[in-house]
Amino acid sequence: MEYESVIGLEIHAELNTESKMFCGCGTHFGEAPNTQTCPVCLGLPGSLPVANAKAIEYVIKSGLAVGCGINLYSIFHRKNYFYPDMPKDYQISQYDQPLCINGFIDLDMNDYQTRIGITRIHLEEDTGKLIHIGGAGRIAGAKYSLVDFNRAGVPLMEIVSEPDIRTPEEAKAYAQKLRAVLITLGVSDCSMEKGSMRVDANISIRPKGSTGLGVKTELKNLNSFRSLQRALAYEIERQAKALNEGKPEEIVQETRHWDEAKGATSTLRTKEYAHDYRYFPDPDLVPMEFDIAYIDFLRSQLPELPNERKQRFIKEYGLPVHEANLLTESKAMGDFFEETAKLYKGDPKAVANWMLGDMSYYLNTEGLEIDETAVTPKHLAELLKLIDKGVISGKIAKEIFPEMFETGKLPQVIVEEKGMTQISDEAEISKIIDMVLEENTSTVEEYRAGKDKAFGFLIGQAMRLTRGRGNPQLINRLLREKLQA
Amino acid sequence: MELYQMTIHELHEKLLNKEVSAKEITDSVFSRIEEVEDKVKSYLTITKDVALEQAKLADEKIAAGGKVGPLAGIPTAIKDVMCTRGVRTTCGSKILDNFIPVYTSTAVQNLFDEGIVMTGKTNMDEFAMGSSTENSGFFPTRNPWDLERVPGGSSGGSAAAVAADEAVFSLGSDTGGSIRQPAALCGIVGMKPTYGLVSRYGLVAFASSLDQIGPFTKDVTDCAIVLNHLVRHDPMDSTSVKIDRPDYKEILINDLKGVRVGVPKELMAEGIDPKVKKVVEDAIKVLADNGAIVAETSLPNLEYGLSAYYIIAPAEASSNLARFDGVRYGYRAPDPDDLMDMYMRTRTEGFGDEVKRRIMLGTYALSAGYYEAYYGKAQKVRTLIVRDFNKAFEDFDVLVSPTSPTVAFKIGEKVANPLQMYLSDICTIPVNLAGLPGISVPCGTVDGLPVGLQIIGKALGEETILRVAYSFEQNFNWSEKPKLETRD
Ligand SMILES: [Zn+2]
Repeated sequence: MEYESVIGLEIHAELNTESKMFCGCGTHFGEAPNTQTCPVCLGLPGSLPVANAKAIEYVIKSGLAVGCGINLYSIFHRKNYFYPDMPKDYQISQYDQPLCINGFIDLDMNDYQTRIGITRIHLEEDTGKLIHIGGAGRIAGAKYSLVDFNRAGVPLMEIVSEPDIRTPEEAKAYAQKLRAVLITLGVSDCSMEKGSMRVDANISIRPKGSTGLGVKTELKNLNSFRSLQRALAYEIERQAKALNEGKPEEIVQETRHWDEAKGATSTLRTKEYAHDYRYFPDPDLVPMEFDIAYIDFLRSQLPELPNERKQRFIKEYGLPVHEANLLTESKAMGDFFEETAKLYKGDPKAVANWMLGDMSYYLNTEGLEIDETAVTPKHLAELLKLIDKGVISGKIAKEIFPEMFETGKLPQVIVEEKGMTQISDEAEISKIIDMVLEENTSTVEEYRAGKDKAFGFLIGQAMRLTRGRGNPQLINRLLREKLQA
Repeated sequence: MELYQMTIHELHEKLLNKEVSAKEITDSVFSRIEEVEDKVKSYLTITKDVALEQAKLADEKIAAGGKVGPLAGIPTAIKDVMCTRGVRTTCGSKILDNFIPVYTSTAVQNLFDEGIVMTGKTNMDEFAMGSSTENSGFFPTRNPWDLERVPGGSSGGSAAAVAADEAVFSLGSDTGGSIRQPAALCGIVGMKPTYGLVSRYGLVAFASSLDQIGPFTKDVTDCAIVLNHLVRHDPMDSTSVKIDRPDYKEILINDLKGVRVGVPKELMAEGIDPKVKKVVEDAIKVLADNGAIVAETSLPNLEYGLSAYYIIAPAEASSNLARFDGVRYGYRAPDPDDLMDMYMRTRTEGFGDEVKRRIMLGTYALSAGYYEAYYGKAQKVRTLIVRDFNKAFEDFDVLVSPTSPTVAFKIGEKVANPLQMYLSDICTIPVNLAGLPGISVPCGTVDGLPVGLQIIGKALGEETILRVAYSFEQNFNWSEKPKLETRD
């Protein structure tokens, strides 16, 4: 039987405000444990929360950027449950009156387009971080546990999608697009590595064409877009196998932990009892009320968003849809592209090709983001200019690239250091071609007998003798001239 | 007359005239504490070192010719539910027996800034849950008018301390009557300001939407003076109101002419001890005799007030008290097997029965499937009660009632019957539900035990209730004092 999956994502993004959600403590990542704390975020008796206006603004902007409606009256609720990483043993969150509702994100997949609905975006506070000593590093069996409250109270935005996602690829594309939007807005760093963006996925499958819903599982510990895609693919297969083998009981409503190393999900057994969060309006906080003029003002402040940028790239730079899509997948990529195109002044498509070709290859290999490398738009623009000027060939450029990528040396410098400039001297090339013709008389015969392939071989020999530095156009022309002579 | 018997305004006069020093006043109050504390048991922690240090500072300031406010050098007791930096703050609970806050609550800090002398932290019902101070995790406090009786609660220690002259004034907190009821039972003045008027920052929460800090004083003038220094907008408390504070002392005039006084019939109905009712009726007559226009009125939804309160307050408490889990501060059960064992035993051993009862009540009321029927409905009742009050205040400037349906009861009398105990607050609870200001002033005695008159104002109507209370005080001229004895 052919199945279709029904996927919904819950994405948490820490907001990059200067101070925490309900107190004045800093939010800087990586400080010594418990140094960014105060009575409020430690939940000391008698302390009270005061909402961070900037965080509220950030969430509203995020909502507007994904087409959400903004609730002009919104309140905070308390979500009650006991856990040692939560100082008050309740989390200030939102329940039935979130800040933003009913948005969407449009995805350009390779051969089709789709719209993923966003149910809601709400604002809450993050929890602290537990470190379990002894045992397997989990709380069960630990000798003791340490808690760092630096992160407790950092503003956290939860974005809940509709179950509109049908494939792991769409899930990844949706998460990436959302990330690009949030980074463009400047409201979150969205680093999955640092945990400032966290993705949980709900997944069920159903026979293709049916409209019912299967039993869903929730996947956690998806620490990269790759994990997200892989975990979903695994879970789809697992569920399909269970159904195909007539064992639907193997799919139960539960939370499953993704193990990246094993490439498998397994039941997460930390929840020992069913949770009833006993949500109720937080009496310590006053309702958030906005007027339409304020919302309109925030809307007018929105920067160019990824989809708008994509359209502009197509129009302004003449890029194909697919390339434009890839280049606007992250703000950093788009910025890099535009900056390079500006410095280069040549054909923007060449910039796009390099970025989506060699550059993406090295980024993926190293697992780096474009703004985390030594390569700057200046590097790429100069490389392209060297090719255009005939100083180096495209092939040499490809050889230079990894060094440039690793060391951050400008291409000109690498070329000079290694003597890699192109040989464009006609006399020198001519001499080399003569040598090739002398050494390969049989191939020359074959060519003359009409075997076109032989020409390529001879070019290759000439390139070999120049150690790749010969100007390809020049070699081509001189070889043809000599053969026809 | 001893210094410890005097009011704030009397002592301030003497300090300004350099007749006495803050040190002498402080010594006088501590000699009184030494004399009577064993009988009354007002205090959980006595902070003599802090007090002497503060008295010294006040004296230095006065000697230097510096401008000092009316609270400088005045010995003050603080209910042990307000955080005081470096001074143990227990909330009357074993679970916080060893808790020393790292910060001072805004209300107390405001008074520190005015130069008060803190005598100590007073006994209370555990986490302010109770009406007799018998729910203290440590010991009961005794009523200075009859040592076999309760001082009321939950701020019983603060009330008894002022009544027994162990402090010149004190701070309490009032969630359903916890200032007004003990003030009535101890024969002193106690006020709960409008919700949001005094910062709650640093007040350990019982029920956040109801809690409010207020003063216990020996007369209405002192109440106005203290209020002048408690009312200050606090950016640390989202519910703190911003107003142009009037000078509450300046507006105190003895004039009731034309003041419209409403008597809600529901608060003079059955459930009120007939003798108490008689004393209150006489007090109302004093108001009328002095020019007030008195008429009966009705708050029809008041009968649901107690039930709504016992849903809302425990619901909020169940969440507010979750943080006492043994993880970060306070009591932690020794050698727990695992996390759950630590939580369960810490809270089982650390909390008293009434606190557990209310946590369970509140947890239940918020549970899935019950929320609408309980918490949701209670909030609707609350809205109706607010409407009742608003309507009544279209016709009246203030409403009056007994503060407590009975005089002080015997220690142990109601312990076994929580519902009976809850009824002690039927006259005061609706005022908290509506967020209104209320003051209790002594208006006579029944069998030698004091009775309080409750005067309720509209939101931010402190000026009006203070003026009515002051006028009543001036015309009633009550001067009985407790004898710190056991009565038969
Ligand atoms: Zn903080």
